Amino acid sequence: MKNVLSEKITTVYFYGTCLVDVFYPQAGVCAVELLQREGINVIYPQDQTCCGQPAWNSGYRNEALTVARTQLALFPKPIPIIVPSASCAGMMRVHYTEMFRDEPDASGAHDVAGRIFELTEFLVDVLGITLTDLGDPIKVAVHASCSAQREMGCATKMTKLLQQLCHVEVIEPENNAECCGFGGTFAVRQPEISSAMALEKVQTVLATGAHCVVSQDCGCLMNIGGAMEKQKQVMPHQHIAAFLWERTKG
Amino acid sequence: MAINFRKNAAKALKQDDIQINLKNVVSRLRDHRSAAFTDAALFEQLRLECKSIRERAVFRLPRLLEQLEGNLLRNGIQVHWAETTLQANQIVLDIMQRHQATFLVKGKSMVSEEMGINAFLASHGIECLESDLGEFIIQLANEKPAHIIVPAIHKNRKQIASLMHKYFPEMPYSEDIDILAAKARYFLRDKFCNAPVGMTGVNFMVAETGTLCLVENEGNGRMCTTVPPVHIAVTGIEKVIERLDDLPPLLSMLVRSATGQPITTYVNMISSPRREGEQDGPEEVHLVLLDNGRSNICGDMELQETLHCIRCGACINHCPVYRQIGGHAYDTVIPGPIGAILEPQKAGMDRYGELTQASTLCGACSEVCPVKIPIPKIINRLRWEAVRQDTCNVSGSCPARKPLEAVIWKIWSQVCSNPGLYRLLAQLVTRLRNCIPAAIWQGWTIARTPPKPARTTLHERLKAKGIDYE
Amino acid sequence: MNDTRKAILNRLNHYQLKYSGIESDAKAKQTDWGLEEKVKRFTARMQAVQAEVHEASLETWPEVLQEICHAKAINNLLASPSTRWGKEIYADAKRFPSLKRFQQPVEAWKTDFFNTIEAAVTGSAGGIAETGSLILCPDMQEPRTLSLVPPIHIALLEKKRIYNTLSEAIHQQNWVQTGMPTNVILISGPSKSADIEQTMTYGVHGPKELIILLV
Ligand code: SF4
Repeated sequence: MKNVLSEKITTVYFYGTCLVDVFYPQAGVCAVELLQREGINVIYPQDQTCCGQPAWNSGYRNEALTVARTQLALFPKPIPIIVPSASCAGMMRVHYTEMFRDEPDASGAHDVAGRIFELTEFLVDVLGITLTDLGDPIKVAVHASCSAQREMGCATKMTKLLQQLCHVEVIEPENNAECCGFGGTFAVRQPEISSAMALEKVQTVLATGAHCVVSQDCGCLMNIGGAMEKQKQVMPHQHIAAFLWERTKG
Repeated sequence: MAINFRKNAAKALKQDDIQINLKNVVSRLRDHRSAAFTDAALFEQLRLECKSIRERAVFRLPRLLEQLEGNLLRNGIQVHWAETTLQANQIVLDIMQRHQATFLVKGKSMVSEEMGINAFLASHGIECLESDLGEFIIQLANEKPAHIIVPAIHKNRKQIASLMHKYFPEMPYSEDIDILAAKARYFLRDKFCNAPVGMTGVNFMVAETGTLCLVENEGNGRMCTTVPPVHIAVTGIEKVIERLDDLPPLLSMLVRSATGQPITTYVNMISSPRREGEQDGPEEVHLVLLDNGRSNICGDMELQETLHCIRCGACINHCPVYRQIGGHAYDTVIPGPIGAILEPQKAGMDRYGELTQASTLCGACSEVCPVKIPIPKIINRLRWEAVRQDTCNVSGSCPARKPLEAVIWKIWSQVCSNPGLYRLLAQLVTRLRNCIPAAIWQGWTIARTPPKPARTTLHERLKAKGIDYE
Repeated sequence: MNDTRKAILNRLNHYQLKYSGIESDAKAKQTDWGLEEKVKRFTARMQAVQAEVHEASLETWPEVLQEICHAKAINNLLASPSTRWGKEIYADAKRFPSLKRFQQPVEAWKTDFFNTIEAAVTGSAGGIAETGSLILCPDMQEPRTLSLVPPIHIALLEKKRIYNTLSEAIHQQNWVQTGMPTNVILISGPSKSADIEQTMTYGVHGPKELIILLV
């Protein structure tokens, strides 16, 4: 397979993910804006739905395969696929190969997997983006999702981007490596444990005294944000793309 | 009977003192471990080596067990095989009765927990005395260990002090850890001296030399293997390794992963009972090899990695779920991530299948595992085995397929593989954002407000912006 | 019994997959620190776990041993009369506390042994620099319990027998080829436990003190 990065990149696919689609579309729009500002032409296949992760992680493999298969067909051109979520990017990069291993479309899955980039990873490693901070001084807590830290290893990319912003003070909450308790269907199947984890995460995030919390994953944000809201705490939460775009758009 | 993990967990979450003790100790264990692995590249190299050692051993399991048995017998160690815990218990009972022994002293052994030997022998009038400090405390409290390395992880010094005071009123009450340990020493010394039988587990069995290797810090294990005239070791068949050369890397990874020490105080390699002319050591050494569902885990590339485990407990210490609820909620011998994959495969999905839901798949376990067991991947696989309808590769399978749930996933898959329908429904959801019944969020809202869809979807917004699409 | 064995092995054989793994030759590189560095590492590791390390020479060690016994107010010392070190100790018995020996199997004097012996001195089959461990291979002269039961264990170790790693010791001592000693024990410090609140306490069931004489 030809390396997707061997030629200068002018066009990319954008895979928004279902969670962003319905709950955090602004994050998706901002991600596209960031890419476009770098001179990248963005293609958004309108037929995209969900990467299949929820069913895959619940053991419903056939159902997951059916859905994942329809996604494979969306990216015919040999160009990168940008995903504004480490969790879904991890699904497509790491697990697609595994789930299609014995399927006729194994090579297609392998091809797609090799072109997947998490958004911040792409901005830092491939585009080498330079950001100019136009906002007021602010303290920001970062929440590194489990997928970003472990499966994708891109948690540091978010921090790297934030560090380019001269008026932003980045704070890592204590015990940052600990899972926030979202875990997809885990939050519904084991709500008591999930809640305890979320509440603890909220405490450590609030303890930073930051003005807001950002993350590469909307699942975590929905969890942490929802728990804060329930406690009537008012720390805003934002996807990293939305935060970056608002600070730099002018 | 299936366990009720969710209920157990909810109960554990309400016990504030346990929560505090547990979190304190877990964070110490994590710190100790990370201080022992400062060089990430070296760690990765070492664990690849350890993984391949364990892989080779499990692949060659039947051959290595025969080789081990041959060498042990030649060295004078008697070997017993047990399919079930009942058989294993019976073997121990026979040895006890043959020696007219009324009690035994025991070193820490998770396999003996698995056997439930204490209760079994008690029903035959034989007493088992735990001698590891943590296990000793657990026995006084009449509980089960909450961790495989730190059995009394959920208890603080105050609780232990009152427990000891209750049992040894003649000794003054103290919360000083040195004094608490000294009490146990004082009480047990006499027992070691007089015990007719000592029982321990085994950490590694070396096939090539016929050697049983045990690690420990306190010296109680050595007491049990050295002082009584009879030593009985009980262990699982998967604990065998091929060569003596395989031992040093495993040992180093085991100890550092468990407690962060470079090595335990004692590494005890036993290759024979007392030989002619020697003045001490047991006259008889017995090894009980327990299967109890282990051999059924072989034969599947992915699942058999479960048997690579060297029981260091690192995955347990790093598990965010364990950290919240502790060990008892699992209702198993082995708790935490390794327990969640091992116990359902050994005792059946129908009984322990729910444990596969005891994970957010955060990956903290496999990140620290010294033999690189892909625990989340195995959990994912077991979740599949629990609901799949065709064949099934794990005992007691398919128990979790609920018709309603299956229908919901079917519908989900129909919607998500039909883009037009998906877009329509996604739009519909955003338009109805204010009228979604809270009930559909179920337990989500215990600690969180219900998620609220945006006004319009990303599909719509990007289309409106004229973003290229195909 | 035999049926059980057969059933387990049959099942394992039936399930057995073909091994396609690659034998890892990528063993961690063997380091060689040189004598001085080995002694330094050994000592530092031992001291980190509360063991005492004393340097002495082939000439001075009896004197150092005498001083230790004196400083610790040891009343009796268990030592073998027939080892290399033991012979010297017995030859100069008056400088040491009352000497005791293992004259008969442990059963004959267990209670006495457990309750009256204050210290034991042993030799060692080597040391390990990487982890700070003593290697003991108990035998007829120096039984297993010598390094276990008395509250103080004093061990003599020749510096030149400190190996870099356990792997090196295994090879140099030829354990695989010549057959394992009945019992090999690696000892790294006095007995300890962190079972209560992960806080370390020393002297649980084994010796409370480990004292090493490096010669
Ligand atoms: S699964 Fe890995 S980390 Fe967990 S106890 Fe076993 S060896 Fe240790």
